[in-house]
Amino acid sequence: MATRTEALEQQVGRALRRLDVAVVRDYGVVIAFVALFITLSISSDVFFTWENMKNLSFQTAPIGIMAVGGTLVFIAGGFDLSVGAVSAFAGIIAAKTYVGTGTGLWGSLIIGALAGLGCGIANGLLVTVGRVNAFIATLAMAIIVNGVAQVITSGNLVSVEGDRFTTLGLGTAGGVQYPVFVWIAVALVCGFLLWLTKFGRYVYAAGGNAEAARLAGVRVNVVRATTFAVSGLCAGIAGVILVSEVSTAQWDANRGIEFDVITAIVLGGVSLLGGEGAIWRAVLGAFFLQMIGNGFNLLGTSTQWQYVIKGVILAAAVSLDAWARRRRA
Amino acid sequence: MSGRAHVELRGISKRFGGVRALSDVDLTIERQSIHALVGENGAGKSTLGKILAGVHRPDAGELIVDGRGVAYRSPRDALLDGITIITQEPTLVPHRSVLENVFLGVESGIAGVVDERATARRFAKLVADTGIELAPRRPAHSLRVADQQKVEILRAIVRNAKLIVMDEPTSALTLDESERLFDLIRRLRDLGTTIVYVSHFLAEVLGLADTVTVLRDGRVVRTAPAAEESPRRLVSAMLGRSVELTFPDKEPPPADAPVVLSVRGLSRPPAVHEVSFEIRAGEILGLAGLIGSGRSEVARAVFGADRPTAGVVEVAGKPLRARVPRHAIRRGVAMLPEDRKTQGLLMLRSILDNVTLPHLDDVTRAGVVDVLAERREGGELVRSLDVRASSPKAAVTTLSGGNQQKVLFARWLFRTPKVFIADEPTRGVDVGAKLAIYELIHGLARQGIGVLLISSEHEEVLGLAHRVLVMRAGRIVAELEGDAMSEDAVLHAAFATERVA
Repeated sequence: MATRTEALEQQVGRALRRLDVAVVRDYGVVIAFVALFITLSISSDVFFTWENMKNLSFQTAPIGIMAVGGTLVFIAGGFDLSVGAVSAFAGIIAAKTYVGTGTGLWGSLIIGALAGLGCGIANGLLVTVGRVNAFIATLAMAIIVNGVAQVITSGNLVSVEGDRFTTLGLGTAGGVQYPVFVWIAVALVCGFLLWLTKFGRYVYAAGGNAEAARLAGVRVNVVRATTFAVSGLCAGIAGVILVSEVSTAQWDANRGIEFDVITAIVLGGVSLLGGEGAIWRAVLGAFFLQMIGNGFNLLGTSTQWQYVIKGVILAAAVSLDAWARRRRA
Repeated sequence: MSGRAHVELRGISKRFGGVRALSDVDLTIERQSIHALVGENGAGKSTLGKILAGVHRPDAGELIVDGRGVAYRSPRDALLDGITIITQEPTLVPHRSVLENVFLGVESGIAGVVDERATARRFAKLVADTGIELAPRRPAHSLRVADQQKVEILRAIVRNAKLIVMDEPTSALTLDESERLFDLIRRLRDLGTTIVYVSHFLAEVLGLADTVTVLRDGRVVRTAPAAEESPRRLVSAMLGRSVELTFPDKEPPPADAPVVLSVRGLSRPPAVHEVSFEIRAGEILGLAGLIGSGRSEVARAVFGADRPTAGVVEVAGKPLRARVPRHAIRRGVAMLPEDRKTQGLLMLRSILDNVTLPHLDDVTRAGVVDVLAERREGGELVRSLDVRASSPKAAVTTLSGGNQQKVLFARWLFRTPKVFIADEPTRGVDVGAKLAIYELIHGLARQGIGVLLISSEHEEVLGLAHRVLVMRAGRIVAELEGDAMSEDAVLHAAFATERVA
């Protein structure tokens, strides 16, 4: 009888451990997010206030928008390193158009965002028709776009006079800044595309098993290229938001932001291998990342350490994912 | 060493997620014997082999090697006790030589500098001992699968393996290569090695093994000397009931049935040369031949998966120039690919997602998938094909091989095709699912679909098809019909000795 109970205990223990791994893998980011959220709410009076939540969302919006677009690329089995350079480029185009051509505010911003879309389409063509590895193709695109941005600005700042240009970046509705609404809209649209449309199914298929998708009649290249185009458009939107916040555009403004974007996507639990993932993960990942920074500021800890923490968390997230996968296989 | 028992398993159990792979397995493997494990797919035979070799850890039970209880945490631990595994897919370093692969990790030399001459001497001795002839300098990727397996076997011997687990080693070999492998296995046994041989080719097992253990649903049904077993006895033990492996009665298509697929002069060198054939509505045309004879390549060229260099394909009398599979699918051609995991399924997605993938246009309005219609139509199909799953939204990874294959059938039956190409439809599925798939294929023909059936199991082609084409070296070398359809005739044509240019 004793051995029987022992065996039962063993079994239950094992089942619990397995459950842990599965849950941590699928919902690890949620657990970590909630834990950090609660910790910060308790340790800081300011953290869980409407004002801080609003600012946090506002600060996250540009990275969040790019992470949403990047998620589509990731799920389709690609990778986009160019969003930093593309967003800066889009900002410059918007500012230059506004200052130089007499185009209206919204027209200029839209033209800027479309410049991002153009870069995304170029990425997509490089990866599919050009058969360049996504990592290299988007790296090359980043270098090219950076170069072009330097050329058209002669390496100088582009400043926009007057307050009107900041309407998109700093304007509010019901106390909430416009970029937050843009982020929500982009996330909803991409989430809709991914979950409910034919295109979304094809994205998962292209990333999950490209050969099987092709043999089932899916135009894998078209689908992949489209995800890059969406990512480019998102980078363009984020770029015009960023430039509108400060009224100045600079060719090297958003350098390195692509790594924050990738970190956010991966933290959210979107697989680097493609075929898996969801938009809410990128949203949560971006929030999580920003919350670490916000927490450091509120608690008055040295900000240098936040990079160390972010790096460690990123490595831990990927490692956990790989371990859980192994366990499951 | 101690006694006859090399390895003993007591009460071994193993689960993967919700699936019980092994429960309470007791087994004794005698030293210097060839011990076969047979069973349907999913019976647990591979899992058992992998537990022996330290690939998987049992959840419960004892593993006793050389009279000593062990708990392997990795294949490396098992290797220290002289136990290793050779799996279906060779795991060599592709761009390094045979020699380097054999001695990888156990090179002769001092302080990390490889002593080339000593290594060459060791290799020569190995060749003399085992009779395995391989060019030591050839890169591993240039070897055929059979030779890659030999490299793995040499590798095992070099590591002083006393027990080698072989998991379906002949699945990618020709008959001739298999025979040579068996000779080698017998020689290894005579030299003192214990072999655990996992396979579902029963004739092969009976010819080779000393002892046979039958597994069913993760339990041992019985262990007996191979001399006392017969294929029929093994099959009934595997199924737990007495069945005959029979094929449904053939119903030949009406004489005036129209031609649904016509292929003339199809070429795609080096695999396919001037292949021509016709399939009529309701006809099952078998395509037999050895692995590598170009059967799958013909199918892929017709379907647009590969582009032919010459030839005309007509579907229902109208030319089809399929540059990509999408074109062929639109014209009513369906293809069940050779390898369902790498070419067929989205393993992480649901059954429904997999079924409707090529037909999303039919359940989509303005780009938005009508999930209710999808679930209604797809779910019904999945039920009618008897796919065993908790729900149509279950991920395909959770299904057995036979059920995965049925999902692919459901995919192509969602909209009735004119031509159905089935490439190895029963590979890696259990006996029960095989029978179901045979019925399905017959059902397709009854509906007036023209079926092109490709299979490496000749009895399957002969048992199902109305007419059989045999391929050799990329050409059709024989067409068999009626009484001429025999295993003998197929083998004769497939193996013919004269050179084909």
